Amino acid sequence: MIASVMFYVFAAILLTAAAMVVSARNPVHAVLFLIVVFFNAASLFLLTGAEFLAMILIIVYVGAVAVLFLFVVMMLDVNFTALRSGFQRYLPVGLAVGAVLLAELTIVLSGWKVAPEASMLRLAPRVAHVHNTVQLGRLLYTQYIFLFQAAGLVLLVAMIGAIVLTLRERSFSRHQDIARQVARMPDDTLVLMDVPSRTGIAGIGIQRPKPAPEPQPAPELEPAAHGPAEGQP
Amino acid sequence: MEVGLFHYLFVGALLLVMGIFGIFLNRKNVIVILMSIELILLAANLNLVAFSAALDDMVGQVFVMFTLTVAAAEAAIGLAIVVIYFRNRGSIQVEDVNLMKG
Repeated sequence: MIASVMFYVFAAILLTAAAMVVSARNPVHAVLFLIVVFFNAASLFLLTGAEFLAMILIIVYVGAVAVLFLFVVMMLDVNFTALRSGFQRYLPVGLAVGAVLLAELTIVLSGWKVAPEASMLRLAPRVAHVHNTVQLGRLLYTQYIFLFQAAGLVLLVAMIGAIVLTLRERSFSRHQDIARQVARMPDDTLVLMDVPSRTGIAGIGIQRPKPAPEPQPAPELEPAAHGPAEGQP
Repeated sequence: MEVGLFHYLFVGALLLVMGIFGIFLNRKNVIVILMSIELILLAANLNLVAFSAALDDMVGQVFVMFTLTVAAAEAAIGLAIVVIYFRNRGSIQVEDVNLMKG
């Protein structure tokens, strides 16, 4: 009984928040409503007994995907009011397509019965008194291990793709040039001099830098590839 | 009234319709279109989980894992494309994205 009530509550909040996602004026609000949608979907998953997937939904969707959306919406300085200019014009078309689709789906769902032998065709029946996570893990790591690896590859390709797409060379950034560091010899940067006794370095023409009368502006920073002795005469 | 498979399927159908409605409604804002695609994928996930519960079969939940993977990858790549498009053009108007049309 309480599960039925909770189902209606979660489903109502889910659908309301989904409607707000597509119709919110501010995209930041849309992302926040999307988070509400994900939380309520996770609650529905819990009601059906898919506990692990509910937690995955919260971690992956709310923790990663929705926050990614939030980052992009807040990072891009987009004039969002201009993007809504065709809102009224597209509203009737959207409503018509949605109504047709919903009518078709309702017809399909209302005239549809689950075949009685469907329960005979189960691939992996649920085992009583075994936790949902354990059952899912037993399936994923044995029977579906190749699909699991393929999913990992999909994520890898997506990660590399996202990095490659958004990477740009910055001219002002200082990169470490390893080849130049390795090829640097002591003779290039270091000079050994014989200083005669009792004359000091001034006797062989090396002047100490005079103390600056007023504080200099910021001294020019040398990149790390240069040695500390290079700036000396 | 006992909640069964068809209640979940109907919620999934409504969520799918909402996502498609969102794609039609926000024709210019590609970020909201991506969010609508997330809604559609979530509806598919809801259907899979509902069938998994109704048929007592764990394979539906395994499928949901893979759908989640693909949805996360799609969101990441889509948002990366949005970012570089904005960087190049200064706007994210989807209607401008026909420059490569012959």
